[in-house]
Amino acid sequence: MTVLKLTAAALVASVAFAGAASARDQIQIAGSSTVLPYAKIVAETFGETFTNFKTPVVESGGSGAGLKEFCKGVGEATIDIANSSRPINKSEVEACKAAGVTEIQEVRIGYDGIVFAADSGNGDMKIEPKDLYKALAAEVVVDGKLVANPYKNWSDINPTLPKGPIAAYIPGSKHGTREVFEEKIMAEGCKKAGAADVIKAAITDAKQAAAKCVAIRKDGVAVDIDGDYTETLARISANKTGLGVFGLAFYENNMDKLKVATVEGVVPSTETISSGKYPVSRPLFFYVKKAHLGVIPGLKEYVEFFTSDAMVGPDSPLAEYGLVAAPDAQREQVRKDFAAGKTM
Amino acid sequence: MSQVVTPTATVPGARTPRRDIGLKKRYAAERRFRAYGIAALSFGLIFLFVLLWSVVSKGYTAFQQTGVTLAVEFSEKIIDPQNQRASNPQVLLTANYPVLARNALANALGVAQNDRAKQKELGQMLSDGVRSQLRDMVVADPSIIGKTKTVTLLAAGDIDSAFKGQINLSVPQENRKVSDQQVGWMNKLAEAGALAKHFNTGIFFNGASSRPEAAGVGVALIGSFYMMLIVLVLSLPIGVAASIYLEEFAPKNRFTDLIEVNINNLAAVPSIVYGLLGLAVFINFMGLPRSASLVGGFVLTLMTLPTIIIATRAALKAVPPSIRAAALGLGASKMQTIFHHVLPLAMPGILTGTIIGLAHALGETAPLLLIGMVAFVANFPTTPMDPSTALPVQIYMWANEAERAFVERTSGAIIILLLFLIVMNVGAILLRRRFERRW
Repeated sequence: MTVLKLTAAALVASVAFAGAASARDQIQIAGSSTVLPYAKIVAETFGETFTNFKTPVVESGGSGAGLKEFCKGVGEATIDIANSSRPINKSEVEACKAAGVTEIQEVRIGYDGIVFAADSGNGDMKIEPKDLYKALAAEVVVDGKLVANPYKNWSDINPTLPKGPIAAYIPGSKHGTREVFEEKIMAEGCKKAGAADVIKAAITDAKQAAAKCVAIRKDGVAVDIDGDYTETLARISANKTGLGVFGLAFYENNMDKLKVATVEGVVPSTETISSGKYPVSRPLFFYVKKAHLGVIPGLKEYVEFFTSDAMVGPDSPLAEYGLVAAPDAQREQVRKDFAAGKTM
Repeated sequence: MSQVVTPTATVPGARTPRRDIGLKKRYAAERRFRAYGIAALSFGLIFLFVLLWSVVSKGYTAFQQTGVTLAVEFSEKIIDPQNQRASNPQVLLTANYPVLARNALANALGVAQNDRAKQKELGQMLSDGVRSQLRDMVVADPSIIGKTKTVTLLAAGDIDSAFKGQINLSVPQENRKVSDQQVGWMNKLAEAGALAKHFNTGIFFNGASSRPEAAGVGVALIGSFYMMLIVLVLSLPIGVAASIYLEEFAPKNRFTDLIEVNINNLAAVPSIVYGLLGLAVFINFMGLPRSASLVGGFVLTLMTLPTIIIATRAALKAVPPSIRAAALGLGASKMQTIFHHVLPLAMPGILTGTIIGLAHALGETAPLLLIGMVAFVANFPTTPMDPSTALPVQIYMWANEAERAFVERTSGAIIILLLFLIVMNVGAILLRRRFERRW
């Protein structure tokens, strides 16, 4: 019996080596968990519309992890597209180059809003970046001096915020959302609260001063969420005075459980985000390996399908899910750039 | 030695107090220990019950799916207005099928064709999957064009959730996904009997989908099946051969001690480490495809091997030396002794260990993350070389979805996984019962 099984094992192994040589006929995508739901919708519709191509495989894992896989090299063993909720870094472009991925095409698919929401039992909330900065920064300015954050209750800062102790559930550092949060809320609030000047006077190095501005307090009040928005939602349901950070699409799917806050007086919605009124938003991207176009069947068609108005326009399935469509001219430009083969 | 010692015990009729041997204390200790045991057991059972209750109470609804039975007119005007299908079959693939379904719904509810806003709301009540459902019907049998057929279409995920009472309809309609109008239509259709819950076969057979109503664990089941097959075929013979050698043939020295320590260590290594190894060796070095269940199977084999080796060695050790001695005494070679006598007697233990190892591998996600199996895969894998996912991965992916309808599906998938685990573990017990020998 054992001999028989050993033979079977050898067979499986030999299939493995023989199969490795066969061509890949399925697009492989990896990257951002924010872009994942959009990529899934497009991939599924693509598979249904183009019956001659297989449905692409979309992995999640985060923007950084996706770009790292993307920059591993050129060839069928590497992925074709990296989804990203932030622009690719210089260091990543260089890593790509070193591995032979010299031609990368950037495609901007639209915008994603970042909303602040608490449990639905709360009243109307108005958020100013400076309030959140005061609530969440590691050190704040009191009487012209930098001190460890003394605030305990939301009401110490702004009476419209939830009543009770400060608690915030913010995306962990592996998420692209964290960068946007730091840039658009913490750095902005730091300036508006007047802390930036005090910090600049104390620290001469510009980089360190900027880092100090966005440093989050570590006394357990601000909680990094490394999982997904479902975890944030669970935390908020358990802690009624907690404020959570969500993507617009997630919020729109769970409106009955969440009370959204206005930021600088603007209610987050696809309209306010596309017009640029709502301050906390970010562009979403995916990156295509030019060398794979024409080699992997359907790759070119997939990108064209993704960028078409039927997918990312204002009246499309992605917009329905929560993507904020880019302005008409920008979408046209993205299509033109891709058709012209423009690389980074 | 003249003194005569009369032992007190021998004096007849004299009753001395019984020596205190701590009987009371010992009984009390035993009772306490039993109480601790029962407390620990009931503590565990309570948690098991809470877990099962939360999964089953949330998940049982996933096995039902709301469908709308409508008389769909396969109008030629919409499918093929220029009558080109004979010359250009592509027309049938790209036709606007959702309009057919929407019109059928509008007819059933008496909504005017020119009311654009209401038509849009109507369209949102049906799954986007109707496009491929109706298209497949037409492509399979183009002669139905121009006819009217009764078809059961999938309701959209939000309508499904609302019909099952999972969306709080008491909040203002701006704060939920379904409008009052849609709820009204839903109730009207339900009264007419057109909208009803059916048994959800899709959750077992469909591939992954971004639409909750059309999502299923089909691809994940096949992926898990391939992986289990590979794990079984590879790890059982390798593990058993390794343990037989280590237990029966290998000399006992420092080197084999070192190997034993390493095997025990490997059994405790976090599974993500095997994922890293798999990525480096199987994908980057050997060039096997990403997301393939073959690579997943290899990685899980590495992970399961130590468990099987440890279980097999324990089972071999448990075979009494008298069996070996008797076989050797009758002139059997060492090889014959092991394969004819020791191994068959150790088989129940080995199989139990293997099934427990397999069950462990079945529930593993971490090592699959790095080899690209935590992915959205809609196409069914035909060979282990094709991309696929695994059951626990599907649970993880669904748990992260934003739509309400995925909540019940997550629990539903957990129920399916639990059923598989129960079947495997019951199998292990039965095997043990059937073949177990006592000496």
